Amino acid sequence: MAEPSYIELLGYGGPNGWGDDLLWGAWETVQVAACAYAVGIVLGLIGAGAKLAGRRAAFVLSDIYTTVVRSVPELLLIIYIFYRAPVALQALARALGSDSTIDLDPFLAAVAALGFIVGAYTTEVFRGAILAVPSGQMDAAKAIGMSWWLRTRRILLPQMLRYAIPGLGNIWLGTTKEAALVSVVSLNELMNAGKQAAGGTKDYFFFYSIVALCYLVITIASMAVIARLERWSNRGVRRV
Amino acid sequence: MLEAIADLYQQFLSGLPEPAALLIDFVVTLFPKLLEGAFVSIQLLLLSGVVGNLLALPVALARVSRNPLLRVPSYLFILLMRGTPLLVQIYILYYGLGHILGQIPLVRSSFLWRHLDAFWYAAAAFALNTAGYSGEILRGAILAVPHGEIDAARAFGMSKGLILRRVILPQAIRISLPTFSGETIALLKATAIASTITVYELLRVTNEAYAASYRFDECYISAAIVYIALSYVLTRAFYFAERQINKDRMPPRVLKVARPLESARA
Amino acid sequence: MKKHVIGGIVAGALLALASLSAQAQDAIKFGVADEPYPPFASKDASGKWVGFEMDLMDAVCAEMKAKCELVPVAWEGIIPALQAKKIDVIWASMLITEKRKQIIDFSDKYYDTPHMFIGPKSVKVDTCPETGICKDWMKGKVIGVQISTAHANYAKKAFGDVAEVRTYDKQDNVNADLVAGRVDIVLADAVAMDYFLKTDEGKDFEKKGFAPNDPLYGAGVGAGVRKEDATLKENLNAAIKAVRTNGTYKQINDKYFNFDAYGTTPAS
Repeated sequence: MAEPSYIELLGYGGPNGWGDDLLWGAWETVQVAACAYAVGIVLGLIGAGAKLAGRRAAFVLSDIYTTVVRSVPELLLIIYIFYRAPVALQALARALGSDSTIDLDPFLAAVAALGFIVGAYTTEVFRGAILAVPSGQMDAAKAIGMSWWLRTRRILLPQMLRYAIPGLGNIWLGTTKEAALVSVVSLNELMNAGKQAAGGTKDYFFFYSIVALCYLVITIASMAVIARLERWSNRGVRRV
Repeated sequence: MLEAIADLYQQFLSGLPEPAALLIDFVVTLFPKLLEGAFVSIQLLLLSGVVGNLLALPVALARVSRNPLLRVPSYLFILLMRGTPLLVQIYILYYGLGHILGQIPLVRSSFLWRHLDAFWYAAAAFALNTAGYSGEILRGAILAVPHGEIDAARAFGMSKGLILRRVILPQAIRISLPTFSGETIALLKATAIASTITVYELLRVTNEAYAASYRFDECYISAAIVYIALSYVLTRAFYFAERQINKDRMPPRVLKVARPLESARA
Repeated sequence: MKKHVIGGIVAGALLALASLSAQAQDAIKFGVADEPYPPFASKDASGKWVGFEMDLMDAVCAEMKAKCELVPVAWEGIIPALQAKKIDVIWASMLITEKRKQIIDFSDKYYDTPHMFIGPKSVKVDTCPETGICKDWMKGKVIGVQISTAHANYAKKAFGDVAEVRTYDKQDNVNADLVAGRVDIVLADAVAMDYFLKTDEGKDFEKKGFAPNDPLYGAGVGAGVRKEDATLKENLNAAIKAVRTNGTYKQINDKYFNFDAYGTTPAS
């Protein structure tokens, strides 16, 4: 049998065409990263709030959270959370009184694991961003009688966004790369698609390079979007 | 002396309910193995850290150079290292390059091949990755050196090489030290990725301990504790280093007690 | 404000999705190792799982009159996946060993094949009855095995003090490193190795010997279930027995092998 050409190997469908598997894998990867990022943002807001609320217990909890995620390798965290999250959620459900068996499919478990990690980093970003908003503004808003919710919604969050976007952008870039690690718990994502293609054809160098290229494309596209967002968020701000 | 400790330990264990005793015994016997793995992790960290950061220097210099022949390739290199996951980089080296090298009969039959095990591939991948990240950090730091100092050095007639060696680099290293400490912790965490290519570092030892005992929580939580401890030690070390380097810039220490001068003895 | 609302929606959606997946409880989830392990289980070109174990699984499910769902899980994490209820049955060529029986339960065996060493044709290997390959020969060698298998445990027990036992996450990677010359000898299931030796890659390798029937190896391959799932275990046993007696087993067996996969280790 003639050696399939590289173009054929990347083709769509067919016995030798791994292109569609790789594309599907890339799509799965982006999905996992995006969902985990969303979860991370929610966790980050909660974590930053806990650190800034002034209550010692909340601060300590949030501090333990960020320290653990900062010191323990992502791979270990992903493995642990992926296999233990269903059990933990089960216990949570029990505590809340429900009796159903919560069943996390691999995608959600991976999202939970990755989101947990992202949340620690976004906590720090949000904390710094919130602190960077001049406190005088919140004081003035309090003085004219705005409620906490109104103050946060209309004064704090929009301004905090401007400081948070660079950090959040970096975290997104990191998330897309950490998504490669969920291949260890066998999700159907890009890295695993590459492994199958490489294992099937024994052309390791070629296929892993293609996988790297895919990630690079995702990174470059993300960088462009982030630059756009940064410019948008800084509109109207006087350049020093 | 050791027997006395062992005796005390056994007594302690026998006083506990069985599952607790088994658990504690398991964890206690686990830790030496974990520490062996941690030792390999640290070796990996040191080797790739040192080599990678040494490589970062030419990378950073090329990146800030005015010559496009130097600037463009280094930009691409940094983009490649920072834009692709470390896991993929390691796979390309170990499986990709390794497979290719294995096909070459000359390499295959040489005595080096037996010793070219996964550790070296991992170290190479980490070193290159570090060169990329640190290169970018160093570049930012070089650009952040106050230009006045460089001007002054030029006014003194220092040559370019001399300026680099005595003005720019020392300052750049000082400026980048905090970020650099973060990068080193990240490298420690990255060593766990080497477990995917059969390097016997901490995470791999943990996987094996689990495979031999099926005690999931005990193994992985113990490993997490070891990583946290290592990370803490590194952070303190860097904190200390930062303080040392910035000794000349520290704010003056305020006297706690105002005391009348000794000489005012009347 | 938008962030809070969006955040709330996202969290809510996630919880909803999680509970939605809880509804689909009717199907029994069969966990298979997410790696190619021909001829027992591998993916064909269209992505469908095929092989001896897959056909057997279909037959057993038909007997149990249950809906079965195939869930690929990483081999290393297949037992935690069972414990976390991600899967209900482990159907992944898992040997029934005492160690595993401490935390999970097994159905009756559904096949039992010997354990074989393979190595390069060009290298001469000494065989000894006690350990399969002589310990003296193993000195300083590298043995490739898959992590978390009885093969890994046996290799460590028999040769751990003289040789390096290198563990890999997938059998495929063990084979790849054998071809690359990074390991000297591989210990794995005889049938899977036989398949590998017949491929293009395996042409320079041959069988070198068999591992003896060590107690570490347990008693054949069975389906893993959680200890509390006694009824599931009963149903599986009944189905396996039925498949054995009504000839379906033989049919599937002969489709893939020219020997009886249910049997016991050969003499040599």
